[in-house]
Amino acid sequence: MFMETAIDTPESKYEILPKTLSNGEMDGELLEVAMGPQHPSTHGVFRMDVVLDGEKVVKLKPVFGYLHRNHEKIAENTTYLASMPYTDRLDYLCSMTNNWAYALSVEKLAGLQPPERAEYIRIITGELTRLVNHTCLVGFLLQDMGALGTPLMYAFREREMILDLFESLSGSRMMCNYMRFGGCRVDLPAGWLEQAKRAVDSYSGFLDEFEKLLTENEILVARTQGIGVLPPDLAVNASITGPMLRASGVNYDIRKVDKYGIYDRFEFRVPLGDHGDVYDRYMIRLLEMRESVKILNQALRDIPAGPIVDPKAKLRGFRPKVGEAYGRIEGPKGELGFYLISDGTPNPYRYRVRPPSLINLTVLEDMCLGQDVADVVIILGSVDIVLGEVDR
Amino acid sequence: MIIGEFFRGLFLMIWRVATDQPEAKADLLAVFPPSARPVISAVLTVSPIIGIFATLFALTTLLERKGLGRIQNRLGPNRVGPFGILQPVADGLKMLTKEDIIPRSADALVHFLAPVVLAVPTILAFAVLPYGRNLVPVDMDAGILFFFAVGASTELAIFMAGWSSRNKYSLLGAMRAIAQMISYEIPLIISSVSVIMIAGSLSPVEIIAQQGRYLAGGFVPHWFVLTPWGLAGFIMFLIASLAESNRSPFDIPEAESELIAGHLTEYSGFKYALFFMAEYFGMFAVSGLAVTLFLGGWHAPFEFLEIVPSYVWFFAKLMGLVCLFIWVRGTVPRLRVDQLLNFAWKFMLPLSLLNLVVAAVWHFTAAWEFPGAGLGRWLLGAVMIGVPYVWLGRALSGSKKITQRTYRFAD
Repeated sequence: MFMETAIDTPESKYEILPKTLSNGEMDGELLEVAMGPQHPSTHGVFRMDVVLDGEKVVKLKPVFGYLHRNHEKIAENTTYLASMPYTDRLDYLCSMTNNWAYALSVEKLAGLQPPERAEYIRIITGELTRLVNHTCLVGFLLQDMGALGTPLMYAFREREMILDLFESLSGSRMMCNYMRFGGCRVDLPAGWLEQAKRAVDSYSGFLDEFEKLLTENEILVARTQGIGVLPPDLAVNASITGPMLRASGVNYDIRKVDKYGIYDRFEFRVPLGDHGDVYDRYMIRLLEMRESVKILNQALRDIPAGPIVDPKAKLRGFRPKVGEAYGRIEGPKGELGFYLISDGTPNPYRYRVRPPSLINLTVLEDMCLGQDVADVVIILGSVDIVLGEVDR
Repeated sequence: MIIGEFFRGLFLMIWRVATDQPEAKADLLAVFPPSARPVISAVLTVSPIIGIFATLFALTTLLERKGLGRIQNRLGPNRVGPFGILQPVADGLKMLTKEDIIPRSADALVHFLAPVVLAVPTILAFAVLPYGRNLVPVDMDAGILFFFAVGASTELAIFMAGWSSRNKYSLLGAMRAIAQMISYEIPLIISSVSVIMIAGSLSPVEIIAQQGRYLAGGFVPHWFVLTPWGLAGFIMFLIASLAESNRSPFDIPEAESELIAGHLTEYSGFKYALFFMAEYFGMFAVSGLAVTLFLGGWHAPFEFLEIVPSYVWFFAKLMGLVCLFIWVRGTVPRLRVDQLLNFAWKFMLPLSLLNLVVAAVWHFTAAWEFPGAGLGRWLLGAVMIGVPYVWLGRALSGSKKITQRTYRFAD
């Protein structure tokens, strides 16, 4: 029953780290735990080497790269268009915004201008993607908090409606591969706008339901308020972007700053938090979803008829002139940028992704120090990472 | 001839159990020689208990998965058998045929013993619960004491599992389990002490007998849960028993999102199944005790329903509580370990101690004779427990600096 094995058992199985007090005395031991890469709540293959004093975190080292797929190098060895489907796989929850950011960069490089209708479609799909992403985030955050799937399943129920829209538009639910340089791949199918209107209209009700169930929940509030505080100056210095930065109270939304696409035509507000803790990050996402619903209502009302691709754009023999361009959008997770250098050949000379997930992850240790091991999980959940984008 | 006697005795036993008659085993035992009778008698008592609760365990896992599925907007298991009712069989087969892994550096003996040490006391606890009018396995004078004594020994098994696995998650889970279970043992016991004080007995049979009267023409049972101290005690007992059986929202020892599976991380196959079974058996036992102490045991809710066999009521109440546990599991997020302990020591313990005083006041105001005395007693008790509850709740939530937040909007 107790089999002898050929391999010798090592002497010590625990990494014993002496814990010393300020006067140099020994006081027990610290425990080093490798959370991940196989852990239920690291959102993929991600590892945190945590040093624990009891249950308190004294050191945390994020380790990633398990999902590295050579994304940038592959893109440099293929044509501009051929790496469009690869961008779907960056942040696999939000393929539409990934497409958009890449298309925007190439359009800057090649001097293309998408027609009006294409810009509207981009806004609509982009904001729908934001809804998908934030809905999933809230579901997963509650899952990490131990709510056993109930909020997650409610979130997925709503996400399905939007994925159905994506499917009827692009043929794929998650890997949409929809945008093209200078426009979009196909026009909206018949009845799509009405279906989208129905989905968007029901979303406010869903958000109300979600907030009623969760926002005032005493356990949720006790678990999240004052946990994982990110001060605004640190957030700015670490170049954090997206909802995480705004939860720390910094007013920086690229939709407002750059006004890329036609965002200057829409009326929406940018919610800002004052505490920078997990609860603020959760609330900012809920409030952003409400703003997204506003944008969607305006866009679905105003969308004009017309062509969907810039006539100057060509699919075959696409060779942008020599130069460089950096295009960025406000992705659901933060600033998603693509930096491209063209040397006049069909392939980009340099292709660089600025992934919001990776850069937002850099402050994980600062947020986790002094918190419990149970808090580490929800702090990571509130950062909102997708490992496809972190590791690329 | 003797075979005929045996089957007659067996039939009479089943008939008497089914119809609530006393001395069910007498005729069957008479078949055997006197020296063998105690052993046969014990087997006859123990095997139905284990059989019934094992079946109930299988049904409850299915009920839980189905119920959680419906709460979570999905269907739950529905592939194995009609409506998925054979799912527990499939689960059991899977568990039994899985490889039993012992980590190389684990303490193999303790690792093996832990599930056994856990399963035995949880089954022992069933010995003192009265399941029906004449269905008491062991009519012990200090039955409640016995129940808590064997219940407390499960903590040892969990720590054995956590320590012997030589896994850091297991160790952290075991530390949490010890802290949590010892903390919640105290409010659990103190909230049941109020019942013992009023009943004046530690015997479950006697406690149920005292709840067997009916008021208002047989429509209001004299259950302890219908008194102010009993209601407060029942709620505290339920909360503490959730924590004792490691159920959500008190499932921090095996917090899936933090500690993989806590002390269960390194268990697989049949040993894991034993742990799983022991958890459910613990839940049944503690629900059975709650039914016994507060919900009138096997008594019917209305007097005219007493003609229904008594064990039906016991198991109906038991399953009602189990459904409540499942509902809670599908609804609330998990607490953090320090919040959990704060709740036990700062909130549950003072209130359960106060509940003893309320029970004492209830006892001494029983002699009140003036008109409206019954209502007066009720109100007095309710105020005595309700005002401190509100005050303590305010004081504790005030110290946590939890605020309603407003958010700025930039254009």
